[in-house]
Amino acid sequence: MPSSSIQRREAAAGWIFASPVILGWVIFVAGPVLVTLILSLTDYTVGGSPRLLGLENYRRFFTSADTSFFASVRATALYCMLSVPACVAVSFGLALLLNTRIRLRGLFRAALFLPVVIPLAASSVIWMWLFQPDFGVVNFVVRTLGMRAPQWLASERTVIPTMVLMNVWLTGNSMVIFLAALQGVPRHLYEALEVDGGNAFHKLVYVTLPMVSPTIFFTVTTGFIAALQAFVQPAIMTSDAYHAGGPNNSSLLYVLFIYREAFRFSKLGGASAAAVLLFAVIAGLTWCFFRFSRSLVYYEGGDRT
Amino acid sequence: MNEEQIPRRGRAAWFVYPSLVLLTAIFLFPFYWMVKSSLVDLGSIFQPTPSLVPRNPSLANYVTALTMFPFWRFFLNSLIVAVLTVLGTLLTASMCAFSFSRLRWQWRSRVFSVVLTGMMLPFFVVMIPQFIMWRFLGLTNGFTPLIAPAWFGGGVFNIFLLRQFFLAIPRDLDEAAVIDGASYARVFFQIVLPLSKPALIVVGLLTFLASWNDYLAPLIFITSEDKYTLMLGLNMFLGGYTAQWNYLMAATCAVVLPSVLIFLVAQKYLMEGIVMTGLKG
Repeated sequence: MPSSSIQRREAAAGWIFASPVILGWVIFVAGPVLVTLILSLTDYTVGGSPRLLGLENYRRFFTSADTSFFASVRATALYCMLSVPACVAVSFGLALLLNTRIRLRGLFRAALFLPVVIPLAASSVIWMWLFQPDFGVVNFVVRTLGMRAPQWLASERTVIPTMVLMNVWLTGNSMVIFLAALQGVPRHLYEALEVDGGNAFHKLVYVTLPMVSPTIFFTVTTGFIAALQAFVQPAIMTSDAYHAGGPNNSSLLYVLFIYREAFRFSKLGGASAAAVLLFAVIAGLTWCFFRFSRSLVYYEGGDRT
Repeated sequence: MNEEQIPRRGRAAWFVYPSLVLLTAIFLFPFYWMVKSSLVDLGSIFQPTPSLVPRNPSLANYVTALTMFPFWRFFLNSLIVAVLTVLGTLLTASMCAFSFSRLRWQWRSRVFSVVLTGMMLPFFVVMIPQFIMWRFLGLTNGFTPLIAPAWFGGGVFNIFLLRQFFLAIPRDLDEAAVIDGASYARVFFQIVLPLSKPALIVVGLLTFLASWNDYLAPLIFITSEDKYTLMLGLNMFLGGYTAQWNYLMAATCAVVLPSVLIFLVAQKYLMEGIVMTGLKG
């Protein structure tokens, strides 16, 4: 029958056209994940022959005298907890400002977005110079205002907040996404509130926030997942990548810890175990966020299952 | 636009304009300070009271910075990597998107959902086996590790984006062509791709910038210095010229410039692309 031969031809074409990503998934996703899982149970080093250790690599993180694992968890938690809320708040605020009937909106939007497009490695170098403790322009301003100049990237207490400050400057992506969401809020909802005598604050709380809550939710989720994998800032700003994470491991973000275990100490087994833990945390977070999204977020068009 | 649709925001203007002007100034200041610092000599860098405008500006730092490290070599490397990455992504991602949107085959939706798992996966989970693989194959002294993934589907996310776009193209076109005896390759290259230029431009631009700006993958996979990308070059320069901020800022300026130019030319497409990425959730 000709129709079934067409179907067979179409199915064959389907597999052939999809073959790059199927192969890619095996070579670059499934295979490596499996190998990481296996390596995490061994003491594999570059060029060495692996020996099975069981869960020793995992146990070592929590019991070893080397506290760098805990330092990295602490630094990463602080980084995420400061960076994600700050970035979401600022990008939402910027989007609110841009979502008004103003002249030159395109120009403002472009200027606020620009930091995102330049390489993170390069912007990290720029911020090192801005926040240089002795000759940087930020501390010049701080001293001119009569305050004591912080050491910024050179101090254990301020190194993470300095990076968070830089992240606030890099919120253009979420800003543009929020702006699109704000423009999708139906006008008649605001008008209904005006008729009832609502002011700008009421509009924000009773219309804008519920209507863009899916976008806030999306931004928080992706923000956390990205923050957990932040690497470039400490790797550039605190030293070369092998020795970065200072001072005194205070900016040793988790993935930098993985990098260091793997490529400086060539403990590929231990680094794999750390990567597996990261995977578990990100998978768990993703699951939680989607689990709770149904009760926290308003989806237009009723129940979404 | 009629009168009714203009929101009553007149009262807020006194607040909105000054805030936006101030914020824009703050956001652009790092760029200004980079350019300014790249035009002065080391003496001015270490003045206790920095001046807002450069005194005796000169391009001497650029001459030094761009000759002291093989800038053009690294620039060319980055360009080769980015262009080959974009080509691979555009070809293979659109092929896969074509299969997942317009060809009917039995396992399609199951395969697609399996492949989608790659989207959430952190790079650090696959980094070590990939490193071992490239080392084993003896390819860590070239560009292959950076380019190869792009030729195997070019990132699930791009497939997802293109698939959404392809789904919106009317089916009658390709069905008519198939009945007339056209091959699927012909339908793909002569009907679907030409109709998808806007989506391909967005994917191409985002891919180019991601590849051009990438620091981590080159850091891990590239071992020989003559294959360094621009970001690794900047990092090398940073190690060699600690505290010589005038040279560093000239080098950074040169590294930043291509991205800024792309942004200025293709702003509209980039923002559209970002919004598309945001709507997937």
